[in-house]
Amino acid sequence: MSGRGAVGAPLDRVEGHLKVRGAATYANEWPVENPAYLYPLLSTIASGRVTGVDASAATAEPGVLGVLTHLNAPKLAWPNDPEVAALQSGEVAFHGQFVGAVVAESIEIARYAAGLVTLEYEKRPVDVDMRADRDDLLKPQHAAIFGSQPGDLQDGSSADSAVGDFEAGMDSAIHTLDATYSTPIQHHHPLEPHTAIAVWTDDEITLYCSSQGVHLHRTLLANAFGIDASRIRVISPHVGGAFGSKVFPVTWATLAFMGAQLVPGRPVKFALTRQQMFTLVGHRPATIQRIRLGADADGRLVALGHDVVQETARAKQYAEQTVAASRLMYAAPHRRTTTRIATLDLPVPTIMRGPGEATGMFALESAMDEFAVSMGMDPIEFRVLNEPAVHPESGLPFSSRHLVTCLREGSRRFGWEHRAPATPARSENGWLIGTGVASSTYPSPRLPGNTATIRVGADGRHTVRIAAADIGTGTWTTLAQIAAEALDVAVEDVTLQIGDTDHPLASSAGFSSGINCWGTTIHAAAGELRAALNENGGAVPDEGLEVTTDIPDNPYIAQYAMYSFGAQFAEVRVHEDTGEVRVPRLLGVFDVGRVINPKTARSQLLGGMTQGLSMALHEAAAIDPRYGHVVNNDLGGYHFAANADVGSIEVHCLEERDPYVNPMGSKGAGEVCIVGTAAAIANAVCHATGIRVRDLPITLDKLLR
Amino acid sequence: MKPFTYQRAGDMSSAVATVAERPEASFLAGGTNLVDLMKMEVLTPELLVDVRHLVSHQIQDLPGGGLRIGAGVSNSELAADRRVRRGYPMLSQAILAGASYQLRNLATVGGNFLQRTRCMYFRDVTMPCNKREPGTGCSARDGQQRDLAILGASKLCVATHPSDMAVAMAALDAVVHTVGPAGERTVPVNRLYRSPSDGPERDTVLDRGELITAVEIPAAPIAARSRYRKVRDRASYAFALVSVAAAIEVGDGAVSGVRIALGGVAHRPWRATTAERELFGMPATEESFRAAAEAELAAAWPLPGNAFKVPLARNTVVGMLRALTEEAR
Amino acid sequence: MDQEITLRVDGKEHTLTVDTRTTLLDALRERLGITSAKKGCDHGQCGACTVLLDGRRANSCLVLAVANAGAEVVTAAGLADGDELHPMQRSFISHDAFQCGYCTPGQIVSAVAMLREAEAGWPSVVSEDLDADEVVLDHGEIAERMSGNLCRCAAYANIVPAIAEVARS
Ligand SMILES: Cc1cc2nc3c(=O)[nH]c(=O)nc-3n(C[C@H](O)[C@H](O)[C@H](O)COP(=O)(O)OP(=O)(O)OC[C@H]3O[C@@H](n4cnc5c(N)ncnc54)[C@H](O)[C@@H]3O)c2cc1C
Ligand code: FES
Ligand code: FES
Repeated sequence: MSGRGAVGAPLDRVEGHLKVRGAATYANEWPVENPAYLYPLLSTIASGRVTGVDASAATAEPGVLGVLTHLNAPKLAWPNDPEVAALQSGEVAFHGQFVGAVVAESIEIARYAAGLVTLEYEKRPVDVDMRADRDDLLKPQHAAIFGSQPGDLQDGSSADSAVGDFEAGMDSAIHTLDATYSTPIQHHHPLEPHTAIAVWTDDEITLYCSSQGVHLHRTLLANAFGIDASRIRVISPHVGGAFGSKVFPVTWATLAFMGAQLVPGRPVKFALTRQQMFTLVGHRPATIQRIRLGADADGRLVALGHDVVQETARAKQYAEQTVAASRLMYAAPHRRTTTRIATLDLPVPTIMRGPGEATGMFALESAMDEFAVSMGMDPIEFRVLNEPAVHPESGLPFSSRHLVTCLREGSRRFGWEHRAPATPARSENGWLIGTGVASSTYPSPRLPGNTATIRVGADGRHTVRIAAADIGTGTWTTLAQIAAEALDVAVEDVTLQIGDTDHPLASSAGFSSGINCWGTTIHAAAGELRAALNENGGAVPDEGLEVTTDIPDNPYIAQYAMYSFGAQFAEVRVHEDTGEVRVPRLLGVFDVGRVINPKTARSQLLGGMTQGLSMALHEAAAIDPRYGHVVNNDLGGYHFAANADVGSIEVHCLEERDPYVNPMGSKGAGEVCIVGTAAAIANAVCHATGIRVRDLPITLDKLLR
Repeated sequence: MKPFTYQRAGDMSSAVATVAERPEASFLAGGTNLVDLMKMEVLTPELLVDVRHLVSHQIQDLPGGGLRIGAGVSNSELAADRRVRRGYPMLSQAILAGASYQLRNLATVGGNFLQRTRCMYFRDVTMPCNKREPGTGCSARDGQQRDLAILGASKLCVATHPSDMAVAMAALDAVVHTVGPAGERTVPVNRLYRSPSDGPERDTVLDRGELITAVEIPAAPIAARSRYRKVRDRASYAFALVSVAAAIEVGDGAVSGVRIALGGVAHRPWRATTAERELFGMPATEESFRAAAEAELAAAWPLPGNAFKVPLARNTVVGMLRALTEEAR
Repeated sequence: MDQEITLRVDGKEHTLTVDTRTTLLDALRERLGITSAKKGCDHGQCGACTVLLDGRRANSCLVLAVANAGAEVVTAAGLADGDELHPMQRSFISHDAFQCGYCTPGQIVSAVAMLREAEAGWPSVVSEDLDADEVVLDHGEIAERMSGNLCRCAAYANIVPAIAEVARS
């Protein structure tokens, strides 16, 4: 394939032939000589401190190489961040926190010996009571990028916002809605657990780990251990899924480092068990959300309010932009959003696919549906009527916004016109059938800290290096396509190198920013390389030619609001006897700008929609308030969709290029797809049954009659 | 896992003798439940006596009708057996509704009966649990209750038995054949499981070292048109919230024969004898089905977190009987 | 307690010493360095570790290596004939039936075994006619028969057509 046309081609994944044999090397699979194995000890109380440690039986077990606890663990230079530091004190801030580890000759010995260590605790009362009427709710502060930058919420935005006079707007409304929605704690559960192999020598420290961003992981670990980052090499070419859980929390890598220090020169392997992943790699925080809408006689919104209470951890504050989408989706002259946090004795939440928008849009898009129905309006027409001309808070124009086209095109493809407006819509063989719609959105941010190197050899091959990550998103393929087009060479003539701190700096895979950040940087580097070649008369010198470029600034960022949009449609069946819900049909129509690779993009979009389906019907941590632990802490207890839960899913992308977001014209696609799905399903369930479920997940007990 | 010795038993009597004598010994069949629990040290045997190759892998016709199924038959083979599919479809369906193909390939009939509860408090060694550690208390009862029992439970234990296969076996009046230290005996499936009020640490009436060799299902023409319906939180690969095995015969509009057993509601597959009694001779109508189901569930003792299982079980029973009678018409 | 066993993996015989506690999955991955089968949950709850064990699909995380001495094991790596991929593997690539790829070897082994089971007339819980001689592998049948393999990236909507295509040919 020639360079022109590389972008937009539905290429098979370049690493596909490895993955189908199981030959792509994931972190725990690097062939290392004579490894030792680490198995962690987790706290069995949710609040208190460790007062006694007896490791004698464990130490005496043949094959045990060492036992680590806070009493003997290396003191870290940066001990205070509980998502990075481990074993720095005996304090316990949540159930399932690292309180020790055993290093041994085999997995079996390490795990068994860990059970032989006895710990004594001083317990404090447990508080995991998630309520919106707590008297100790706080306004979040400095949660941006996990406390490293100013800004109340983790995306850097403020906790509260207001335009006009919300209460006055509500008072003036002819129609009003006031409804409260809640979403539970959800877990990422990438199929590959968080794993690491660490090798510690006096010179180099090597970490093979499952990472969404090797450079961020290196920086965090270098800071924690107070060592020069250049001594650490982090390698992660293939990642078995992540969904946000492999961006920031790295205590497991810290522990692997500590284990490796115990047996210098010897590789230490460490894999979290599935059960341990419930408390140590972050989770999507639970929310309680009140939505208030006011409209005039025609159904035009005059007031829109979204007040959120989120759960956060006593150990560390995390607050996300649950209100974000409510700030931009619909026009209303009077609006306000607020975010408060409830500080609980629970594990530390983190970003999870569509952080904020996924839960916030469940509430807003459910409310929009309820409101439309109560006013006797079609849910699509109601949304179209309230489409804003500019960003309703900032007043900026959108770089591109085709939400209405998504709704209209989706309506056509889905057959919305045949929809019965009333409930119950239809019944067939004991199943009530209904359909629902919801909108989707997610920003397309550009993150700093990206550099690409491109080298062309005398043989005409181009090597593109940037420490990006492929977490299943297709990076191996799509970045090669972007490079090929920008270099005007065949994709086959591009060798991409990612996932290694030996490659230039890259931001982490997250915020749907991969193409925007890494792709833009590569695009810029390619431009420079071509310019350099031109200077050289178009010929590659014998020694080859290399350029290294940082991500360029986007002059339009201050002038335009940049977001992806979408419309999702769901058909559900609800069993009349049992309340079981099935989703035979989902359709998503997306405005994500120019699509780099329709094949991998489609996979990502339908994967996100399926996770949205899981969110709607299955996912919830069951917390025991007495112990503060996750009760259903395995994949038998914590359900996400299995194959049989998924029916037909259709994905369609509008062919619209965004003129301002980046030179490719591509907006983010990784997260917009999980935003709105749950609401579309909840709306369809209500259409089928007349029952409005405002608390996720929509389990059958909520629909039983 | 606690270190253990692995033995492949040479013959049945030595296997029985070994496990009977040594409290820390355990039979191993497919391992899909035992190894699972050993990893978490919920079970910590020091000796595993592998009996998978010892017990029969055959399914034989019984002289007077019915089948004798070797304890070593895999769940997959049993579900796929033509005689079972034709004569006892509820049994095929029950097995096929459980676990996954790859698990059913490993799992044996004997092991399936004796799998332990999936109660998450039982599976977590840091939690009090009378079934795992007698006398420590039941932490499930005041905890997360969604999966717990509504029938036959006790203050000591509210765990459910997770087997689907056993529910159909209970409806079919199957009989387990064993050989133990005291010789051979038979135990009806409906009497295999002990009430938790008698001490939840022992699931069944079997003695230590007592080996299940086979299970016999008697001839039951009624079962040829029977069904199993499993209601769960995911469309597949999930344990039952409620399941129902049912068969019904109607003559002249009245119920002339009926079998109903429930899963997911009790410490054992729950044979709905009250409902069966209520239905016998009654008109085969929705009202009778409902009245019978309600009579069975009158004894239910739900907790706030699993109270939904009462209407769910009722509706599922009614729906099944409705479907079966409609089909027969 | 160590024990010596022999395993035939992907056509090659290996003699190794294992702890009695070692699962087949850990024997493959940690002792033999054969990492095609993946560890996703270690408790039979995800299917990532699926291998053919003496010809049938099985969760290798729940079987003890010692209990399977002499067994014939086939992983996804062994389905390919050198550089020549198995048709199921090719179909997974062309349908993009995976994203991160971690569940994929298990899915593919499972799918190959599933077609054999269907050919043998094995029913599933969604089979309309439990006694049918021939299994019609429509969407519902494939999805149910593949439900023992979770995919968190949720490539299901591509996995089913990928398998259906192989089933048709
Ligand atoms: C993820 C998962 C999902 C599952 N879902 C379901 C489900 O939905 N429905 C369902 O019904 N089951 C389900 N199961 C359970 C599965 O059916 C059982 O694990 C299996 O049937 C046990 O059989 P086994 O041969 O592997 O037993 P093993 O694990 O080998 O043994 C289980 C117990 O039985 C004893 N034992 C075994 N054979 C004999 C014998 N012949 N005589 C005396 N004692 C014996 C053992 O000592 C042990 O205590 C699931 C399991 C898993 C892991
Ligand atoms: S690792 Fe074996 S089933 Fe998950
Ligand atoms: S492809 Fe990632 S889990 Fe299936």
